[in-house]
Amino acid sequence: MNTRRTFIKSVSALAAGLALMTGSLMAQAAGKPPIKVGILHSLSGTMAISETALKNMALMTIDDINKHGGVLGRKLEPVVVDPASNWPLFAEKARELLAKDKVAVVFGCWTSVSRKSVLPVFRELDGLLFYPVQYEGEELERNVFYTGAAPNQQAIPAVEYLMSKDGGSAKRFVLLGTDYVYPRTTNKILRAFLHSKGVADSDIMEEYTPFGFSDYQTIIAKIKKFASEGKKTAVISTINGDSNVPFYKELGNQGIKAKDLPVVAFSVGEEELRGVDTKPLVGQLAAWNYFMTLNNPVNKAWKKEWAAYVKKHNLPEPALTNDPMEATWVGIHMWAQAVEKAGTTDVDKVIPAVGGQKFKAPDGFTIEMDPKNHHLHKPVFVGEVRADGQFNVVWKTPGPIKAQPWSPYIPGNDKKKDEPDPK
Amino acid sequence: MSSRYQPMLLRLMGNSRWRGYAAAIFFLCILMPVLNLVVPPGNLLHVSDFTISIGGKMLCYAMVALAMDLIWGYTGILSLGHGVFFAMGGYAFGMYLMRQIGTDGSYHSNLPDFMVFLDWKAYPWYWTGTSHFLFALLLVVLVPGLLALVFGWFAFRSRIKGVYFSIITQAMTYAFMLLFFRNETGFGGNNGFTDFRRILGIPIATSEMRMTLFALSGLTLLAMLWMSRYIVDSKFGRVLTAIRDAESRVMFSGYNPLHYKLAIWTLSAMMCGVAGALYVPQVGIINPSEMSTSNSIEIAIWAAVGGRGTLIGPLLGAGFVTAAKSWFTASFPEYWLYFLGLLFILSTLFLPEGMIGLFRKLMEKRKLMGKSR
Amino acid sequence: MNITKYIAQAILVGLMFAAGAAHALTEQDMMALSSGDNDQRIAKLATVVTAGDASVIPFLNSLENDEVKYTGKKVYIVNDKGTVDAATGLAVALPDDAQDVINNNRMRNKLDAAIAALNLESTDAAVRLQAAKTLSQSDAGESTLALVKKAEKIEKNPEVHELLVEIRASIELLSGDPAVRMQSARDLAGSTSSDVKDLLASRLLPGGETDPDVRKVIAAAMHTIDKRLSYYEAAGTVFTGLSLGSVLLLAALGLAITYGLMGVINMAHGEMMMLGAYATYVVQNLFRHYLPQWFDAYVIVAIPVAFVVTGLVGIALERTVIRHLYGRPLETLLATWGISLILMQLVRTLFGAQNVEVENPGWMSGGVHLASNLVLPYNRITIILFAFAVLLLVWGLLNKTRLGLFVRAVTQNRKMAGCVGVNTARIDAWAFGLGSSIAGLAGVALSQIGNVGPDLGKTYIVDSFMVVVVGGVGQLAGTVYAGLGLGIISKYMEGFTGPVMAKIIVLVIIIIFIQKRPQGIFALKGRSVD
Repeated sequence: MNTRRTFIKSVSALAAGLALMTGSLMAQAAGKPPIKVGILHSLSGTMAISETALKNMALMTIDDINKHGGVLGRKLEPVVVDPASNWPLFAEKARELLAKDKVAVVFGCWTSVSRKSVLPVFRELDGLLFYPVQYEGEELERNVFYTGAAPNQQAIPAVEYLMSKDGGSAKRFVLLGTDYVYPRTTNKILRAFLHSKGVADSDIMEEYTPFGFSDYQTIIAKIKKFASEGKKTAVISTINGDSNVPFYKELGNQGIKAKDLPVVAFSVGEEELRGVDTKPLVGQLAAWNYFMTLNNPVNKAWKKEWAAYVKKHNLPEPALTNDPMEATWVGIHMWAQAVEKAGTTDVDKVIPAVGGQKFKAPDGFTIEMDPKNHHLHKPVFVGEVRADGQFNVVWKTPGPIKAQPWSPYIPGNDKKKDEPDPK
Repeated sequence: MSSRYQPMLLRLMGNSRWRGYAAAIFFLCILMPVLNLVVPPGNLLHVSDFTISIGGKMLCYAMVALAMDLIWGYTGILSLGHGVFFAMGGYAFGMYLMRQIGTDGSYHSNLPDFMVFLDWKAYPWYWTGTSHFLFALLLVVLVPGLLALVFGWFAFRSRIKGVYFSIITQAMTYAFMLLFFRNETGFGGNNGFTDFRRILGIPIATSEMRMTLFALSGLTLLAMLWMSRYIVDSKFGRVLTAIRDAESRVMFSGYNPLHYKLAIWTLSAMMCGVAGALYVPQVGIINPSEMSTSNSIEIAIWAAVGGRGTLIGPLLGAGFVTAAKSWFTASFPEYWLYFLGLLFILSTLFLPEGMIGLFRKLMEKRKLMGKSR
Repeated sequence: MNITKYIAQAILVGLMFAAGAAHALTEQDMMALSSGDNDQRIAKLATVVTAGDASVIPFLNSLENDEVKYTGKKVYIVNDKGTVDAATGLAVALPDDAQDVINNNRMRNKLDAAIAALNLESTDAAVRLQAAKTLSQSDAGESTLALVKKAEKIEKNPEVHELLVEIRASIELLSGDPAVRMQSARDLAGSTSSDVKDLLASRLLPGGETDPDVRKVIAAAMHTIDKRLSYYEAAGTVFTGLSLGSVLLLAALGLAITYGLMGVINMAHGEMMMLGAYATYVVQNLFRHYLPQWFDAYVIVAIPVAFVVTGLVGIALERTVIRHLYGRPLETLLATWGISLILMQLVRTLFGAQNVEVENPGWMSGGVHLASNLVLPYNRITIILFAFAVLLLVWGLLNKTRLGLFVRAVTQNRKMAGCVGVNTARIDAWAFGLGSSIAGLAGVALSQIGNVGPDLGKTYIVDSFMVVVVGGVGQLAGTVYAGLGLGIISKYMEGFTGPVMAKIIVLVIIIIFIQKRPQGIFALKGRSVD
């Protein structure tokens, strides 16, 4: 109960807590019509692998909020739709949620392309979207709150770590990714960042593979050659989920160990390692804003709640948590707090209320939604893969850092405003 | 669809019936906008924006199904590349739409955002002229048409046919999808084109524009339907059917199937291009996943479910499958693929003439029963 | 990983504990190695190594294997045998506030080197060889020099000795004395290691070697190694091409039967591979559960299981669906596509949408180390051999058995075959089942190199059709040439153009090739007309 209460912040939440004790609020909540919230994650098709877990986490969070009295004394009612990993269908389903079901807010999307495809719909119908995945930045929309990391909250700290003594003092970098916008932009930002640190273009190798690529023999041979030019080399991988297994398998079989050639990945987390034999990967790195192994009471309580939910609903075990799931949990709670603050679910009133919300997150910090730029202030962790598929945190930022959706390493961005254009 | 039934079917669907179909589609184009724009939202008869956007999408799919029917139903060539032609038309018009964004993108640059990402300073050569509406419209038919012409010429000349041709078109589809996925190709990579703002300077995200596009789609479909009917009834159309049923005999009778096949194949591709161009502003995005091999196969199933060689059947098939997809993905996401898979199997096994064939059989049965009574 | 090394270490650890932890480390030493700043820990490690006392190895091993925990004043070793006080070796209970020792890559590198250096004095030649290999691949450092030199002098085993020379020279390349540096550069010229090349290259960079004469020798040595490495690189390209080719061949062999011989366009062919891979997964789990001591053999058992399972599924499909569609190839294409959708969703329902984990058995992990830039992974080698074994099997079945005779008869002239008493319907079912079984075998192989998930089949379907079409329908030899040829061409192109363009170019080449030779590499000669 104690840790529970920490989740609910602000004065109104205290009132809700008291009301819960007497049970009067339960009766009250039952009387009023529920608030509909949309969940827009692919449950079939290629993205189902990643997005199904987020749908379940969203449902658990809504259960959790309802158990504590709902929002504004009303229950939340989830409306789940399946955009089937099909980008035009994302736009259609978003329109369905906003126009037909009249939901107050939508939690969803994973890939950048799905977000880009629903944006015009949210803008036109003045909806509200919470987007829970780390992404390439270079976007700031009034109707969207980004609870995942911007590049400066994931990629840049990770590279700084690689360049430090403990990270192996890397001087030469392989930027390896799947050919889509997130890796492209991230690598562009990283290249500019590396230039600013005095790394020459001849010490950077950039290589892209198509989606679902599975034969990494040639690329690894290339990397090996690139690494034998007299400077300590590191690989920065933005390889998309699926291709990681063959990539790491090939690395292991070629006898390349993390201590010789460290690979830091931005898309490999606990959930992605579920289908992987992790023994050859020990020591490989990942950078996230949350790891399941983080040792703090909030995380413990959250993991416990999730494990119970998984058991109850017969979901695949073991119950794993990861960064986007944490971002989903934080996002939904922040929205609920903002609605309490605004006293209404009206989007135009909720948007200003979300900025500045604080929440005790499982990453061990009380993180804040930036008052202006619609991104969270997040701590950054670098973890090394353990034999059990979990991560040892080997480095972390002292506290949450502010997001820079417009990376200062992209020319022209210095003139950008750090807040979305008004309606 | 065996040829013996063809004349009978045409007679069955005599002129009055065709006028009926035409009137229905035309009526739809008028009625739907009125119900959407004039009737207030609270009213029972009001048609929501959401319904209109699904309807518009279906009309575009119906055009593709029609194009598929011409090439598969009437000429017997199963193309697994129609998704590419559709996407080509979409991309061609998408280029115009991207130009229309002007400096409203997130970088306030003249170039689309994705080119700014890639550090491009100017439009590549193949974007030349795409800011002109009419030129873009020309591209919509020319690009898929030319691609089809070149590909078809080589393929038909080497007398590649049947399943072989299907597999080669599938390889083409796959190659184009990979090509468009590349960011360096200059079409926005995986994200494709999105975030359109205007057509001819008029904002796109309004009910009026949606209605206009919807009505335009309906009228285009109508025009295509008439044209297709004219073609299949003409001598040219008869030769196509003959090629489908016995290509060698057509050849021995002194016709060169190459020209006939090439003409209908190119026309079919151009129809897909137009459909794609109308589709893109209505759904608001075009990206390479439209070129995935499974999309092209789905087009074939629209035609098969509706009834090949009937022109109207594929339209019904497209509508039916799309509606089923919308409904399943909202209500029973996990059963959608079972349904689609069964549809593929059952319609090929038990409905060789599709829904139209089934309908006709029922009608005939009733007629017979009426007679016996 | 070398098993013998672990066994040796395990014995050593056992001996140490039996002797009551009589080693040279004090509690303070252990504490300094376990906690605090990494720089200080590494400095402490260096003093331990310089002391050269092999009795510290067990503790270092525990440290390396993440078995060490510590509190404010005590260090503990926690492993599956229980918890012991590291200083006394007595069993104790672990206090609640005990912290894990966190080793990052840098620390682990140093630990590996330290353990290896101390192991150089082992009496077991295998342990010494492993130690020398480890040391040559890690950043050995000044502190190990004394141990290496000592070992170099007394080492009799030529393989170990060669490595020791290389290690010693690598360390001494940074020596203060130009003559020593010169000598070590000469010693290093004999190496085939890209690590050594890397080291030499680093000395030529600004801030590296200053003496011009030594620079010259280093440059020459580097050149020699480079030249040697480039041969291996070329061999590597051929091998990767062969390996990709063997995968394509496996994927296409089943299709060569169902499509090539029977003319059935089986779009569910990829899903048959997927079923084979999932069968492997199930067998793996059964072994893990019930026969963990035989785990390494699971792949062998999975082969017949996958063969039978996919074969039965294939026969069932032929009997229920495909049989009704003979002579209507386009309809078959659509119906089998429908089957593929259903199979994919079925697998999603049964096993979940996520990919499942298939672990390589021990004997398929790692690789043959020919040179530092030419490692032939065991799983790839196995698959190449497996592909040819399957090829032999298919060839044998078709050409040396009664079933094969019937299959060929039915494909050549169905009516005639029926007239002379061949049960054509049954032969169709058997042949389709056989094609599916071969796909299942391909699935077993694919499970060892890539992802096992519901989408596995879709990745290979276009490729496998391309192989059969290019090879020429109805010809096993054509399939072999096309599979291996496309594999090698793809991999060769990939070196220049990157994987995406390589794939597109190969597809374009195929399309053009087919315009030129619509019948494929090997055409069936005949005079039939449709």
